Amino acid sequence: MKKGFLFISCEEAKHICDKAQYGEATLWEKFELKLRLSWCHITRSYVKKNQKLSEVLRKTNLKGIHPKDLEILKLSIQEELKKQH
Amino acid sequence: MKHELNPEKWVDFYSDYLFNYTINRINDHEIAKDLVQETFLAGLGALKNFKGEAHERTWLISILKRKIIDYYRKINSNKGKAEVRVQFNNEDDNEGEWLETNVADPFDKTAEDEFENQELGAAIYGCLAKLNPKQAEVFKMKTILGMETEDICKELDITTSNFWVLIHRARTAMAECLEKHWF
Repeated sequence: MKKGFLFISCEEAKHICDKAQYGEATLWEKFELKLRLSWCHITRSYVKKNQKLSEVLRKTNLKGIHPKDLEILKLSIQEELKKQH
Repeated sequence: MKHELNPEKWVDFYSDYLFNYTINRINDHEIAKDLVQETFLAGLGALKNFKGEAHERTWLISILKRKIIDYYRKINSNKGKAEVRVQFNNEDDNEGEWLETNVADPFDKTAEDEFENQELGAAIYGCLAKLNPKQAEVFKMKTILGMETEDICKELDITTSNFWVLIHRARTAMAECLEKHWF
């Protein structure tokens, strides 16, 4: 819930922080987040953890298989298991 | 301690991990996916040979290594000769025996070093497996597959705000889990 012009709630700050991890926060949102960061330790702690997670994910450069392809893979395993039983 | 195999869980637990292992060695998404599938199928065929001496993930990786080598042998490329670093003790080894005897190959140090980053990857996938399935799916599509928010919302038929709620919950749970098991 908005507290007013320039002042955002903790939940909004977390939401902006999440968006920022994917480069989807606007400049204005980032400014609002920075303002809140200056005095809210809960937001600061969340941002720190969130950035650390992003850093770890960036470092490992993980790639993956699309969930739909995983379902197909799962079916082929199940079929093979059935054949064995 | 004797390890056990749970093939029903392989896809959930190890597919992405094995895929990452492969994609770092074969820069082709489709081939990497096929090799992961072949690995699982070969694993199913070799269930009887599993003696429980290695963790199932290690065991599957040993099969995958073999598959990667076979792939490079097949295409007979110079890249294969340069990149394949797994040691063979005996070319004619029975595959089942090979799997058990080579999983803890002490000479395979280079692969071990590379493995540190892969261990972190495994920790990430371990945490991902603990998430609520919907959160895990959204998180993976956005963070690992790098899909656009709009495309994910369309594909999963969810609103943008629902998407961000799922992302927030997933990120919070992932951070907590990794803090407990890695950081």
